[in-house]
Amino acid sequence: MNIWIAIAVTAVGCYAVKLVGLLIPAGVLERPLVQRLAALLPVALLAALTAQQTFADGRVLVVDAKAAGLAAAAVALILRAPFLVVVAAAVVVTAGVRALTG
Amino acid sequence: MTSAGSGLSLLQTCALSLLVFTGASQFALVGALAAGGNPLTAAAGAFFLGVRNAFYGLRLSQLLALPRAVRPFAAQWVIDETTAVALAQPTRRSVRIGFTVTGLSLYLLWNLTTLLGAAGAEAIGDTDAWGLDAAGPAVFLALLAPMLKTTTERAVAGIAVLLGLGLLPVLPAGVPVLVAALAAPAVLYVTGRRRADATPGAVAAGPDATPEAATEAATEEPSAAARDDGPGAPAHENDGPADMSGGDR
Repeated sequence: MNIWIAIAVTAVGCYAVKLVGLLIPAGVLERPLVQRLAALLPVALLAALTAQQTFADGRVLVVDAKAAGLAAAAVALILRAPFLVVVAAAVVVTAGVRALTG
Repeated sequence: MTSAGSGLSLLQTCALSLLVFTGASQFALVGALAAGGNPLTAAAGAFFLGVRNAFYGLRLSQLLALPRAVRPFAAQWVIDETTAVALAQPTRRSVRIGFTVTGLSLYLLWNLTTLLGAAGAEAIGDTDAWGLDAAGPAVFLALLAPMLKTTTERAVAGIAVLLGLGLLPVLPAGVPVLVAALAAPAVLYVTGRRRADATPGAVAAGPDATPEAATEAATEEPSAAARDDGPGAPAHENDGPADMSGGDR
């Protein structure tokens, strides 16, 4: 029963925060400051998230094969490679470094 | 960490996946319950990880421009992946398509794999050995790169990366990313201050300087407006990646 309570509370809470952003009245969003903030917030969140997915193992920071893979993806982006090539570069280099370093 | 090994039933695992549908929150809840945590404390941790979706919704609401009646249905799909894809689109039409296709396919795949995993299907092997764990951040990187067009965006991304990584070891899960979001108002505040400082100085320099100051302020504004326009504005694809290597550190 406890688990169902936890699931229900999480589901309601998580849905509510998702909906809140969508329901902000258009009048508020038309204010220039709010617009600029709303445009920059996802950039900040996604950048932090990408970095954490690359360099975090749980709550410990690590530089491992994945970092090499992401570096390869960054190089592919600089060379203006197509999207799938960028992702493939990350996967292949990560797997390669892991295979080489055992 | 699998939910099967943490005391959740098949039904509970699938309900969690269908109803919560924000991966980090699900893993956090399952992990906390498996560790014998109080259900409400576990839910609070999962909630924290979901709060960033509200900020995504703020931006998506402008980009998607959905009728109010549709918003409660779209809300469940407001997550990292759909936001990253939608923000990378040049027109309102493609924003809507990107959001819907990403949302629908992820919702189906995510819940299908949850069902298979919970039903006891053993993993396909060690997916890490194939480097597949690098695909997620690489997709985000590729979607994020074209958004880093101006110094403002690059500064926000750079500070957010530092905050997100620096605070990770010391703050509870989910909180470092939220603190990293403060990079956005902080950079806006600094650029606002800089502009405010520049204008009086120009005026003090004499009447000749005033038009310059006005032009300076005017050139800043349209660029911001063009950026906020997102859909409709021409796409500057692959405009910023050169700086991603710097922003990624």
